[in-house]
Amino acid sequence: MNSRALRRIGLVAGVATTSALVLAGCSGGGGDAASGGDENTLTLATFNDFGYTDELLAEFTEETGITVIHNKAATSNDARTNFFQKLGKTGLADVEGVEVDWFPEMMQYSDLVAPVPEDLKGRWLDWKEQAATDADGNLVAYGTDVGPQAICYRSDLFAAAGLPTDRAEVAELFPTWDAFFQVGSDYVAKTGQPFIDSANSVLQGVVNQLEVAYEEPDGTVVATENPDIRAAYDTVIDKAVPIAAYPGQWSDDWYASMASGEFAAMLCPPWMHGIIEGEAPDIAGWDVANAFPEGGGNWGGSYLVVPGNGANVENAQKLADWLTSPETQIKAFNNAGTFPSQPEAQSSADLTGFVSPYFNDAPTGQIGIDRANAITVTTFKGPKYFQYHDALGNAITRVFDGIEDKETSWNTWVNEVGSF
Amino acid sequence: MTTTQQRPTTRAPRPDDATRPPRVISFSQKLSKWDLRFSPYLYISPFFIMFAIVGLFPIAYTAVISFMDWDLIRGEGEFIGFDQYIWILSQPHFWTALRNTFSIFLLSSVPQLVLAIFIAAVLDRNIRAKTFWRMAVLVPYVVAPIAVGLIFNAMFADQSGFINGILQSIGIGAIPWHVEPFWSHVAIATMVNYRWMGYNTLILLAAMQAVNRDFYEAATVDGAGPVRQFFSITLPSLKPTLIFVIITATIGGLQIFDEPRVFDQAGRGGSAQQWLTITLYLYDVGWGQWNFGRAAAMAWILFIIILLIGLLNLLITRTLVRDEGLRRELSKRQQKQQAQRALKEAQS
Repeated sequence: MNSRALRRIGLVAGVATTSALVLAGCSGGGGDAASGGDENTLTLATFNDFGYTDELLAEFTEETGITVIHNKAATSNDARTNFFQKLGKTGLADVEGVEVDWFPEMMQYSDLVAPVPEDLKGRWLDWKEQAATDADGNLVAYGTDVGPQAICYRSDLFAAAGLPTDRAEVAELFPTWDAFFQVGSDYVAKTGQPFIDSANSVLQGVVNQLEVAYEEPDGTVVATENPDIRAAYDTVIDKAVPIAAYPGQWSDDWYASMASGEFAAMLCPPWMHGIIEGEAPDIAGWDVANAFPEGGGNWGGSYLVVPGNGANVENAQKLADWLTSPETQIKAFNNAGTFPSQPEAQSSADLTGFVSPYFNDAPTGQIGIDRANAITVTTFKGPKYFQYHDALGNAITRVFDGIEDKETSWNTWVNEVGSF
Repeated sequence: MTTTQQRPTTRAPRPDDATRPPRVISFSQKLSKWDLRFSPYLYISPFFIMFAIVGLFPIAYTAVISFMDWDLIRGEGEFIGFDQYIWILSQPHFWTALRNTFSIFLLSSVPQLVLAIFIAAVLDRNIRAKTFWRMAVLVPYVVAPIAVGLIFNAMFADQSGFINGILQSIGIGAIPWHVEPFWSHVAIATMVNYRWMGYNTLILLAAMQAVNRDFYEAATVDGAGPVRQFFSITLPSLKPTLIFVIITATIGGLQIFDEPRVFDQAGRGGSAQQWLTITLYLYDVGWGQWNFGRAAAMAWILFIIILLIGLLNLLITRTLVRDEGLRRELSKRQQKQQAQRALKEAQS
């Protein structure tokens, strides 16, 4: 045998080994994700920060002897992709976190998740439970946190503009959206600086107070005909755009502007407190007013679901039950600021007595409770809510950026909606 | 291995040789014949088996799904013919995406290749610490695209960005990177160029090093300067490599995804689809709206576009970069042309 033949064999062996490794890797990766059917192990998949620390999960292990393996996706989008790729097949964790943004999409497949046991009904806020009840009347998801919105403001900038700075007095400034915009435009006229951070967060706030947004509960699409949506669009364009610093949130500019303290107020659910504190550690003067225009509004929050074809559905239900129990939710709130969706948790002294040093010692716990109780309307969100809302947000951004005028941008949106 | 077995010494039977018993081929001989004939295929089969599993099957499956209204979660679909293709071609977003893709592709490939050739030519010369410079140009390629995106995003931010800061300080004024389609394309193309220039430079450098140094010596003796040498020797010799680089740049450029995806936080191409590319749109239809039928149809449309552009590229590159300085033999037609030219010269 000559050296050339040897080399050839070597090559073939190399390729064969590599391909075998790759193939083995593929199948191995798929298999690991499933829980494997071990009675004493459960998998839990969440994203961002639910406040479920290792110590917290260790308590569950102590009580039940079941070990919990916790996988955290970096973002809600990653979790969403993973969730829908595996739902209906195998490979999902025993308990999965679902964000309200894509929760309506999941509700189309509510038959694929195990319903919440009857005796747990009534644990959560009415509207939180209502949103998770499918057409057959089954409650299919365990509510974790909610996002009752309040108004965060900069007392130093308010003082400079001649506005009241005391929390209670500021709260009286914003009974309605009209009042809110009036304060805003006065502020802008006086200081030449933007009043709020973004126009799209106002859209979010207004739409979350409508009963029907883009789709009716029976599936009819009313997006472009709904007068409330048109009114919300007009309001935001006419009144919010002139007083906002940016069209939308989460851009590099938006973060930079928060750090430099450019704007004086923003709509803020409890989970936003952590973001403000983290992005603007050097800005003093943030405070929270116990108020929201026209009452209350919810923005954000999550659910836990138990996939129906999991290996340990019964134990998984136990874990989801435990994690969303009022006591555990309080612990999660202390860990990550996720505001509990259980009325019982809201009477806990840990929550009512909670003050935030960063926000000038504002009683953010009690404010959250008051704002949550002020929520009277649950917006119906159909499976395509996210698409419609995102496209409408883009329409506002186009006007803000001067790419299109108000009517053109609205018509562009109408055309876009027609193609969904 | 029995590939070197001896040829049988017996004479092959002839039809008129009826008296001889027919030659029996033993099994081992048969085996060695098969070995000779089939082994090579067996040796290369792992690649093709792999390709069939991870390449061909998904492509074919995509084609099947593109004709169906597919529900990924329940894993079932309904055959609806060409509806998905018609839907895509009737979407204004698709045409915007096509425009953006080409615009970003041209803004990235053309300056990138021109600069890559230039840098490679510089690296090809006798400079100090050659290896250091050659390795240095490859560093951006090692950086993860997401990291590049994050850094460039901070630099290209409309209000707080580093680049607009500089532009304002020298009196030009801020550029609306995230508003104007053209400027968003320039910003994205910058990220692409940053990442891929070094890679192309090294490939072109390798090709330049393969050019016979005698040509340069002869050219120097003839009095040609470095610029003339570059255009008359280096560039023509690069033709096959240039074709390769341009084709890979085309494929990569038309599939551009990472950079526009991270250009803003939502990753859906901007409020007016300023930097929506085809792959970004495909991703949004597939993973944002969970419409796999449409996404599959779009993947096929993209495939066909790339194929067409690839062919076009090949033709253009062939005609643009002429065949001087190549070491292979001239074709018959070229020989004839040369002979005629020589004849004409001799006659005049």
